[in-house]
Parts: sequence; structure tokens; C-alpha cells
Amino acid sequence: MRRVVITGLGLVSPLGCGHETVWQRLTAGENAARRVETSTSQISPARSPARFHAGTAADGTFNPNDWMEHKEQRKVDDFIIYAMGAATQALTDAGWKPTAYEDQIRTGVLIGSGIGGLQGIEKTSLLFAEKGPRRVSPFFIPGRLINLASGYVSIEHGLKGPNHAVVTACSTGAHAIGDASRLVAFGDADVMLAGGSESPVCRLAIAGFAACRALSTNFNDEPQRASRPYDRDRDGFVMGEGAGVVVVEELEHAKARGAKIYAEIIGYGLSGDAFHITAPAEDGDGAFRCMTAAVKRAGIDPADIDYINAHGTSTPMGDEIELAAVERLFGNAAGKVSMSSTKSATGHLLGAAGAIEAIFSALAIRDNLAPPTLNLDNPSVATAIDLVPHQARRRTIDTVLSNSFGFGGTNASLIMRRYAA
Amino acid sequence: MSDISERVKKIVVEHLGVEADKVTENASFIDDLGADSLDTVELVMAFEEEFGCEIPDDAAETILTVGDAVKFLEKNTAA
Repeated sequence: MRRVVITGLGLVSPLGCGHETVWQRLTAGENAARRVETSTSQISPARSPARFHAGTAADGTFNPNDWMEHKEQRKVDDFIIYAMGAATQALTDAGWKPTAYEDQIRTGVLIGSGIGGLQGIEKTSLLFAEKGPRRVSPFFIPGRLINLASGYVSIEHGLKGPNHAVVTACSTGAHAIGDASRLVAFGDADVMLAGGSESPVCRLAIAGFAACRALSTNFNDEPQRASRPYDRDRDGFVMGEGAGVVVVEELEHAKARGAKIYAEIIGYGLSGDAFHITAPAEDGDGAFRCMTAAVKRAGIDPADIDYINAHGTSTPMGDEIELAAVERLFGNAAGKVSMSSTKSATGHLLGAAGAIEAIFSALAIRDNLAPPTLNLDNPSVATAIDLVPHQARRRTIDTVLSNSFGFGGTNASLIMRRYAA
Repeated sequence: MSDISERVKKIVVEHLGVEADKVTENASFIDDLGADSLDTVELVMAFEEEFGCEIPDDAAETILTVGDAVKFLEKNTAA
């Protein structure tokens, strides 16, 4: 099987736009959570809007006009604009701009989303109820479909290889990168843009997730304390939005053009809980089998893993189930691994989460730096695992595991390793 | 230019993101102003909304230029 490496990163996140800015803020312990400002909603969990400030990418703020023509923005939901921003950044970072037909047909796109264009569906439904079918825009459907993120990106950059999308709730981003790396390993493409994008910060999605009792509500007046994975006072996740896209590339292809290599993707595991539509299986068996499959594929020992970017959403049940599954996987080696949840700083970006966390994982390897778990004042259970409370930890990081689990009992684990010939 | 013509022009500029001076009477939405078939559907909807009229599909198919739209609307609106 061909070897696959990551050669480009693109990020639109609540912590900012551009992977260097975001990484700097994340490892400095910055927290992106803000209160939702909607006068009509009774539900106001902390919010971290990715497009809160106008500005340019250079100072780390997200300006949609930098990434998509204004008249096109009108036609689509924000998740497509975020995907365009992250994808263009990733290609630029990788220095890959295919113009020859032969290169274009070997470069594909696999960007997913957990939900897609909920905001546009909400707005159009209201318009439909008020004015009837003749006022439904011809861009209503193409501007909401999840695979149109991949579609728009391919059109913008002339990428004619596989064009695909993943929809697996909160494991979307990890599945997209894992599946794309397999397409490259199998030879369907030499380069893939892969990741996830999400724009759920709207009244309808917040109401829906609140009804599932998934959101934090105890810290509405102190949003920066709301996302607190593993802490005894955690009470749900904080919703965020944005996109993460990476360039995954066949190793020889990357070497031949002298590309910088962030990390090699050596393992990918998938599993299903077959348990409940929103709750994780209590015995953590799905998470355990998922990580085990990735470790087996990577051909390593769990003890070789230095850092885990946890799913860790800050829900009362999920965090401890994942922690127990990791302890089971590591056995006596648990004391050597560091594991943090960067959702404590970014919030939960749903379908984009696995992708932005894969980017954090690659940067953790590059800089030998584990980003912190914020707000971890009082761990709810004792563990030998270093949960990196409050401050980033400088340590040797050659191999990283990144977990993502989603509604429906869908699980994905990625393993990356420092590239060595 | 008539009031209808001004209003049509404004809608075209807004929806197609083109410079106002390109929106001449003879400008074709598709050939000169960069619209695709979906854009033209949306334009017709925007005209209907702005002028409070209904443009049947067979009539919409004959509206190919800015001038076509103005002519149709002059004939079919009370304004």
C-alpha cells in the first residue's frame, strides 16, 4: 500500500483563521467561547462564532470575502464558505496548484459536514410557508447539500479527481481524512483535500441540540467556563463552527515536488456502537474497538502513542466512557501518554471537529507540544493519564491518536506519526 | 431611463455582481453578464417580487436581455 502524508493545513475556527494563528492561541491557553446574542432565544449556551469579526486572514480573523465571491456567498450556507476558506489555505500551504490536466485528474476533494445547511433550510422553510413555492430560490438545494462543499472547492481550484463527501455527525472530519488517505493509498488519487465543515450556530440547531440535552447550560453567564472536559462540573458541550481541511498526499508525490511533510497518516480505525442514537455505549466498547483497529492498521503498540487528541466533548457521560476505553487500550502504559480535549478552547465543531483536531495533532508532532484541556479544575475521576490541565505540555510527541465519535454510534480514530524515511 | 428600467438594473447588479455600466438594454444575462441558467431563474423571481407580478415560465423563457425584462414589466405591471 502507498504511504500517505499530510502536506498542507487550512483552518477556519472560533480561535481564528489560519493554522499558525490558531495553534499559537490554542497552545497559549486562549478560549474562544462567547455568549450567544439572540434576543428571542431562551437558550443561550456559550457561542464561538467563526465569522464574528470582519478582517483579513493575516491578523487571524475570518473574512468571507477573502475566500469566495460575494455573489456566490449569497447562494450558499456558511459551511460552504468555511470549507472554501480552509481548502484554499491548505492548498496554498502545501504549495500545490494543479494546472495541468494530468495533475488535476489526480487531485480530489473529500470534505464532509455533520448537518450541512441548516440555516438556509430554516430560512427557506419560513419563506415557503409565507409566500409559497414560487419564492424558493434555485440555489436553495445546491447551497445546502453537504457534498457541495467538495463541489465548490473542486470548481474553484479545478480539482478533477474523486469528489466525495462524508456525513457521520461528529466523526465526519476524521472519517473524511481517513477515507481520503485510503483513496490515496489505493491509488485513486495522488492528492486529496480532506476535512469537515460546519455552520450550526443558529437558533434551530441550538434548539435541537438543547432538546437532546447535549449542550452546557450551567455557565451561560460565564461562557469561557462552559466547555470543561473531564471536570466534575461539566454539563454538556459548547457549539462552535468553522472548517478544517488538510492536504493528504502520496509520499513519493510529495517528495518529488519537495513538499514539507507535517506527519504521516499510519492508522485509521472505524467502528459502530449499535447501541443508541445519541448516547455512547456505556462500556466504551465501540471506542475501544475503533482505537484498536487504528493501532492494528498502524502496526504499532498502544504504548508507542505519545499524545491523544480526545473526542472529549464535555458531556457528563461521554468523557468518562472515552477515558475508560483509552485506559483499557493502554493498560500499564497509561501513565506515559498525554491526552487533552481541545474542545475546551474551540467548542465542539461537530462535523468539522475531527478535521481541526487532526490539524492540531499534526502540529503537536511538529512542535512536540500537547495543547491543554482548559477548565479542568477538578477531574471527575482519578486516572494515570496526563490530561494536560490548563497549560500546554512540552514533551516528545512522535505519534498521535485522534478520536472522533458521533451520534448514531459512529466512531473514527486516526493515527499520525512524525515522518521518517 | 424609466423607473422600471432603473429598478431592473439594480436587481441585476445585485444578483449577478456586475458593474452597473455593463447592464445596458441589450446586455444578455447569460452571454454578457455571466449568468447561468439558475441565475436567470432567480432573476425572474426577483423581478416578480419587486414588481408584485407573476411571470409565467413560457414568458420567462423569452426574457434574455435587460431590455426584454424591462419591456415585459412595462407591459405587465400596473406601475
